Amino acid sequence: MTKGNRGEQEAILEFSEITKSFPGVKALDHVSFSVEKGTVHALVGENGAGKSTLMKILNGLYHADGGKLYLEGKEIQIRDSIHAGQLGIGMVHQELNVVGELTIAENIFLGKEPKNRLGFIDHKALNKMAGEFLKKQGLSYSPQLKMKEMSVGEQQMIEIIKTVYFNSKIIVMDEPTSSLSESETERLFAKIRELKEQGATIIYISHRLEELDEICDCLTIMRDGQVICSAKVGEITRNEIIAKMVGRAIENTYPKVKVQIGEEILRAEHLQNERVKDVSFYVKKGEIVGFAGLVGAGRTETARAVFGMDALHSGEIYMEGKKISIKKPSDAVEQGIMMVSEDRRKFGLVTKRSVQENLSLPNYDRFSKSPFLNHRAEKKTAMEMVERLNIKTPGLDTAAASLSGGNQQKIVIGKWIAANPKVFILDEPTRGIDVGAKYEIYRQMCEFAAEGMSIIMISSDLPELLGMADRIYVMSEGKITGELSREEATQVKIMGYATANHQEG
Amino acid sequence: MKEKQVNIKYFLGKYAIYFVFLVMFIASVFMSENFTKWSNLINILVQVSPILIIACGETMVIIAGMTDLSPGAVMAVAGCVGIGVTIQTGNAFIGMIVSILLGVLCGLVNGIAVSRFRIPPFIATLAVMNIARGAAYVYTDGKTIYNIGDFAFFGQGSILGIKAPIVFMVAITVVSYVILKHTKFGRYLYAVGGNEYAAIASGINTKRIKLTAYLILGGFSGFAGVVLSSRINSGLPSVGLNYEFDAIIGAIIGGTSFSGGIGSIGGTVIGCLIIALLNNMMNLMNVQSYWQSIVKGIVIMLAVGIDMAKRKE
Repeated sequence: MTKGNRGEQEAILEFSEITKSFPGVKALDHVSFSVEKGTVHALVGENGAGKSTLMKILNGLYHADGGKLYLEGKEIQIRDSIHAGQLGIGMVHQELNVVGELTIAENIFLGKEPKNRLGFIDHKALNKMAGEFLKKQGLSYSPQLKMKEMSVGEQQMIEIIKTVYFNSKIIVMDEPTSSLSESETERLFAKIRELKEQGATIIYISHRLEELDEICDCLTIMRDGQVICSAKVGEITRNEIIAKMVGRAIENTYPKVKVQIGEEILRAEHLQNERVKDVSFYVKKGEIVGFAGLVGAGRTETARAVFGMDALHSGEIYMEGKKISIKKPSDAVEQGIMMVSEDRRKFGLVTKRSVQENLSLPNYDRFSKSPFLNHRAEKKTAMEMVERLNIKTPGLDTAAASLSGGNQQKIVIGKWIAANPKVFILDEPTRGIDVGAKYEIYRQMCEFAAEGMSIIMISSDLPELLGMADRIYVMSEGKITGELSREEATQVKIMGYATANHQEG
Repeated sequence: MKEKQVNIKYFLGKYAIYFVFLVMFIASVFMSENFTKWSNLINILVQVSPILIIACGETMVIIAGMTDLSPGAVMAVAGCVGIGVTIQTGNAFIGMIVSILLGVLCGLVNGIAVSRFRIPPFIATLAVMNIARGAAYVYTDGKTIYNIGDFAFFGQGSILGIKAPIVFMVAITVVSYVILKHTKFGRYLYAVGGNEYAAIASGINTKRIKLTAYLILGGFSGFAGVVLSSRINSGLPSVGLNYEFDAIIGAIIGGTSFSGGIGSIGGTVIGCLIIALLNNMMNLMNVQSYWQSIVKGIVIMLAVGIDMAKRKE
């Protein structure tokens, strides 16, 4: 069966009604679109729109629950990533899969090395083949150079030509420019144009909308696991793209309460480190301040720096008008700055230990001044927190590992609430949590704010930010690119700032 | 009805190791008539005392997600130097204090290497093990020190009619139990071993916790060296060989998780007693010592294997 000969050009790849569900989430919902041969096809959408899931299906890492995939008109079933490679589908991941200790030649032929008669790797042949290929691709590296001695951009170039060597017809590039300098980006684009001329098809995933005009021919916009529209670049304006990316109507599911906002409590000035570029912001008493931006925009890194998890190169932090020095999390906790990390299993919980021990962990010094435990105070606080935050657990002795994600998150919130934070940083507080628990966390946040606590809320869920925050900072590439009051904030404005021109500076 | 069955299963699972000990004890009673002699039972406890003393410290270190291979060698150098100081000063108490301080010093080196310089515990403590063993030989010039004088009290004397090593062992066990169960430091040990990142993010000075654990084990090792050297009535640089392995094995058999975050002194006591019982039983049955080592290896593999299978379930 041959399908999809639309227009004058031939569709090399067609997705038809692809569906994929994970427990509790419909990641892909009848996704259909086609990619024309010899084009650069952009795939855009917010975090969690389903782009990565779709590409994982194309690469054989996931298997679709339903729907069909056509390659050059023939239906295919991709078993695994090796099979995908055999079919001519190559992948350049955002996080590069290179082995730093091995040479360029060894990386190109990883797992497919030429062997000599004894079954050992034939290094002579390996280096010769790699050297010739590099020359043909216009790259002047020695094949015996170790990968770790190359820049990220150079490593990525090797990953790209590797897909060429193995005759990939379709090359998927996931956020290829996210860690490249401007000149490296230029070189990448030149390579992409060259590949296109040679007849390769490229699926290009990017958050940087300004790149689309420069390099892409067509684009497909995804949102909430669905394809919203496919179009030719130039037929659609940037603002239209943003509007279609965020799309959703905001439902009134946020129990926002109007709170008397007091005076300034925390002020950060010119914070600077590897990932945070000259960030200044302030938070007032009782205020919920949102931090919006795309993944990797530097929001988490800013919070980590304020909480003392990462070092600052420069910049000042003032608490209630006084300059403070935060070198480690205990310094921040002492000042009343506390943080719920986005990765609760890594930074939030000791999952092997009990609910009570987790709730008590930062609070032992408050329970007792001596080196000994105050078992009674500990138990009383744990019970209060379980009750107040409605943590559903069989008992205080239950291991935290056995609770659901929502209840685990409540434990992490509870352990800090017991410590009376003045500034409470919540990084993606509702990620991976069911709707009911989400609502409870929102309600609690409003309650905390009403008690005069200041909250910094980092979220990639725009409706959530718009529904909860009194004021929103938008970050992009480590910088604050916009500040919006609750009244003026809209999804389109935020996405505009979040995808603001990155090339300057 | 069903709930009750679940409870019994849970109970058996949780206390399985205690049943193993009980079964072994009863089996020993039937296998050798000498076993139940009072002198033999006391002997078992005296022999296990230095092992259990270091096992208590080792339990804390393992709970914090680390390990220590140096205690056996630290025992040797601490014992020899303690006896030397006793001979010089004529005061066994000063000798003992010097032994303990020497142990603490070794713990300090271990702790700084691991917490400040991030050297993997296995490597750092292996280095200290070599240094301590070498130091014991250098100090004694490879010879045995006799005439230990009052130093004999720690391994051979009695306190209120009870053999001194047993009294010391019980005291250190109780102190360790209290540390793990009733102090903030104890809770921090579990948190550091369970998830160091989360402990740091909770404002805990994890470096200090790790260092302290090594200091305690170092002090215990020094004291265990006093007890052992005193019992064998000489300063012997080769003493205490592989004691740390028996201590680690005792802790692991007793349910301490080698990946950190889980463990108890009660379990370690039983674990060490199981090893002591096994050694004693094989001695009474005249099993050749080479075979004893093989049997011990098999028992360890079985005990930990069963425990892992149980936990997976």
